[in-house]
Amino acid sequence: MDDPQKMPDDTRVEQTMGNLLRFGVLLAAAVTLAGGVVFLAKRWQEPPPDYHQFPQADRPRELNNVPDTIGFALGGRGQGLIQLGALLLIATPIARVAFSVYVFARQRDRLYIAVTLVVLILLLGSLLGGRWLPGG
Amino acid sequence: MDYVLHSTPLFTGLIWAGAFTAGFLGALTGLGGGVVIVPMLVLLFGVDLRYAIGASLVSVIATSSGAAAAYVKEGYSNIRIGMLLEIATTVGALAGAFLALVVAPNIISVIFGVVLIVSAYLSSRRRAEDNPADKPDPLAVRLKLDGHYPTPEGVKAYHVHGIPLGFVLMFMAGVLSGLLGIGSGALKVLAMDQAMRLPFKVSTTTSNFMIGVTAAASAGVYLARGYIEPGLVLPVMLGVLPGSLLGARVLTVARVGTLRIVFAVVIAALAVEMIYKGVTGAM
Repeated sequence: MDDPQKMPDDTRVEQTMGNLLRFGVLLAAAVTLAGGVVFLAKRWQEPPPDYHQFPQADRPRELNNVPDTIGFALGGRGQGLIQLGALLLIATPIARVAFSVYVFARQRDRLYIAVTLVVLILLLGSLLGGRWLPGG
Repeated sequence: MDYVLHSTPLFTGLIWAGAFTAGFLGALTGLGGGVVIVPMLVLLFGVDLRYAIGASLVSVIATSSGAAAAYVKEGYSNIRIGMLLEIATTVGALAGAFLALVVAPNIISVIFGVVLIVSAYLSSRRRAEDNPADKPDPLAVRLKLDGHYPTPEGVKAYHVHGIPLGFVLMFMAGVLSGLLGIGSGALKVLAMDQAMRLPFKVSTTTSNFMIGVTAAASAGVYLARGYIEPGLVLPVMLGVLPGSLLGARVLTVARVGTLRIVFAVVIAALAVEMIYKGVTGAM
């Protein structure tokens, strides 16, 4: 790829990337766990929802998009917090792609800035625009 | 299967234990834990296929990102190859997620079973020796894809080949990922290791890097359709994650030959059951 003199810099970039991934996964797991405590405390004596049905009875539609899920989570709803944890997890590889745009920009690598931006746009489009797509 | 369980904590706890075991065995044997999540939820817990696929996809992102955090520091993965091929896998994943809308669940179940068997077979015949040194490919040079990686004998350079074929295989890996909620790791490794002739270690770590991004592409579509259900994400995500991290730890000290065969047999049995259910229309 590049000459060996660039190795120390590459290593630093790779470490930042590794830390970013670890932070994202841990944050997602912590939020999900918090939501799980609320969710289970509330349903301790109840049967689980009937997941044999799709969608199961009384499933809130708010869980199907990003802004409403955040609202649910901020309201302290267990389901909302778990779903926010899932969203943070989904956002982790997306953040990694965004970070790669920055890395390629620093190397002034136009081709790969373009390649990475295409991937980033596809990912963000899917996550934020999913409800306007067929089947959403 | 009818509901035997009428307690939410018990139901959640049992799925957690199953997901933990799947993550542990998947990482230990290298066969991937995500692939057994869907059959486990569908066959054992009577969960609708769509919810099972949604929960599985989330677990795939968890294990991929968790493992990538460790791999990235070792300097194996080739970010340029990963990013270029991500164009193929993300477009494929979106296509697969839309395909999941029009394909009947029992057909998806049959496809799932077949893919399960093929990928278990592909992962079980992994090899450690590297492709021989050869001439650079002009397209790879233009795209600046050639790289180097650490070996016991010092840093070694390698050349990349077969980019168009790799691109097509990656698109297919993306379609299967979006359709079935799996990582398609085996197909990704096949594309890089066989079609593009990358060193095996570079193929596996770059594939792992790509799995999370591919899964994130279809996750948005799944979310909008309501496939991602908090009551299932909770035990699956929190089970697979520690399970796979523990499995990767134990891997460095354990001999896993027999265990891998046992787990491969379990996967094959689940696959046959998924195909049977699909063919008899019981989905």
